[in-house]
Amino acid sequence: MHPNVKIKVVLISVFVATLSSCVSVKEYQKNRINDSEMELSARKSEKFEQSFYLYREGASGANGGKSGGGCGCN
Amino acid sequence: MKKITYTVAALLSFFGSARAQSTDTTGYQPKKLKIEEVNFVSGYYSQNGNNSAITGGIGTEKLYDFANSLEIRLSKTDRRNRVHTISGEVNIDFYSSASQDNIDPLTISSASRTDKHIYPSLSWNMKNDANHTTKGATFSYSTEYDYKSLGFGINFSKSSKDNNREITLKANTFQDTYTVILPSDLRPSGYSSGAEGDKSNLYYKPRNTYNGSIALSQVVNKSLQLLFITEPTYQEGLLSTPFHRTYFTDGSEKVEKLPGSRFKLPLGIRGSYFVGDRVVLRGFYRFYADNWGMTAHTVSLEAPVKITPFLSLSPFYRFNSQNGVKYFAAYKQHSPDATYYTSDYDLSSFQSHFGGLGIRLAPPGGVMGIRHFASIEVRYGHFYRNAGTGMQSDMLTMAVKFK
Repeated sequence: MHPNVKIKVVLISVFVATLSSCVSVKEYQKNRINDSEMELSARKSEKFEQSFYLYREGASGANGGKSGGGCGCN
Repeated sequence: MKKITYTVAALLSFFGSARAQSTDTTGYQPKKLKIEEVNFVSGYYSQNGNNSAITGGIGTEKLYDFANSLEIRLSKTDRRNRVHTISGEVNIDFYSSASQDNIDPLTISSASRTDKHIYPSLSWNMKNDANHTTKGATFSYSTEYDYKSLGFGINFSKSSKDNNREITLKANTFQDTYTVILPSDLRPSGYSSGAEGDKSNLYYKPRNTYNGSIALSQVVNKSLQLLFITEPTYQEGLLSTPFHRTYFTDGSEKVEKLPGSRFKLPLGIRGSYFVGDRVVLRGFYRFYADNWGMTAHTVSLEAPVKITPFLSLSPFYRFNSQNGVKYFAAYKQHSPDATYYTSDYDLSSFQSHFGGLGIRLAPPGGVMGIRHFASIEVRYGHFYRNAGTGMQSDMLTMAVKFK
C-alpha cells in the first residue's frame, strides 16, 4: 500500500473510532473542556510562528494560519 | 519598555472611555455595541543561514522581522438575539533582509535592505444560538514594496444541540499582484530596476489563491476534545519569485521558474487532553501533499503545566519533515534542459525542529491588579532546519489581552 494511502486510512480510522467512542458531556461538566489552555485553534501568541512556518517550510495549511496572501519571499 | 507602557496606558484609557460610553444611556445594555476584547501581539524573529535563493542557493539568509498586531473585537446582540462580532486587526512588520541587497548589489550599498509589510483585516461573524449556527465574512489587504494582496473569505459553522460537535466550512481567496523586480544581472535592456524613480518599465503579474477548509471538532469526554481539518488550496499565476537566481551545470544563470499552478492538500488532526488537575496536552499532526511533488509530515506537542490556576508554563516542541519539490536543485546543479528550476531551500528536502517555552499569566482580578488587563503571555522558540548548510532562527513573542 502506498504510504500516503496508509496515512489516509489511519486518519479515517482515528476519525471513526473517535466519533463512535464519544460520550455526551453536559455544559456543567465542561469546566476542563472550556479551560483556556484547551483551545483547539492556534493561540494568539502563535500568530507570528504560523507566518514563519509558511515562509520557511514548503508545506502549509490546516494549522490555523493563513494559506495565501502576502509574499514572504525575503 | 517605555513604549509598551505607553501602549498599555493608551489602550486602558481607550478601553475605559468606551466602557463609560457603554454604561447605560438607554438602559438596554444587550443591544449596544461593546468592546469584547483587545489583543496586542508583538514578535521579534531573527534568522541566519547561508543558502539564500536570491543568490542561487548560496549566500547570506540573515534577516530580522519585528512584527506587531493590534486587534479590537466588538460585539452586539440584535433584536433576534443573534450575537454579531466585528473584529478589526492591523498588522505591521518591519523587516531587514541582507539577501535582498543582492537583487541589485551595484546600486544598493546598505548592509541590509529594510521594508515594511502592512496587512489590516476586518471580519464579521453572526452567532445564532436558536439554530446553533455562525456565519461570517473576512476582508483583508496586504502591501509590501513589490507585492499587494486582497483577500476575501466567508465561513459557516453549525454545532450540535449539546454543543459537543461543530462543523466549520470556510472559503477564501487572495488576489495578489507581484511587481516583477529582476536581479540586476538578468534584466533585459531597458527594463526598470524597480527602485524608487525607476519603475516606468516593469511587469506586474497576478498570483491568485483559492482555498476552502472543512473542520470538525468533537468533545470526546470531559477531558478530551479533537479537531479534524482539511484545507485544499489552489494557486495560479506567478508562483516563482522573480528575483531568485538559479545557476546551471554549464555555468549559465536564469531567473527561478516554477509552474503556473499548484494544488496543495493538507490533512490535520489537533487534540487537547486534560491530564489530572494541572497538565494539558495539546497535540497536532498534519500530512501534506501537493502536485509539485512535495510531501510533509508535521507533529507538535505542547504541555501547559498549571503552576497555579492562573499561571501556566508551556514547553513545546514541533517537528517537520518534508520531501522537496521535484524542481529543486542546489547551486550549479540544475540541468540546462530543465523546464522548471529553483534553488530555494524553503522548497528542498529537510527536517526542522522548533522548541521552546511559553509563560502565561491570567489572574481573575487582572494582571498587576488592573481589572481589564486579562492576560499576558510570553513565548520563546528556537528553530533549526537541516537544509543545505543549515539555518537557525529565534522567535520571541508577547501577547496581551484586555477584556
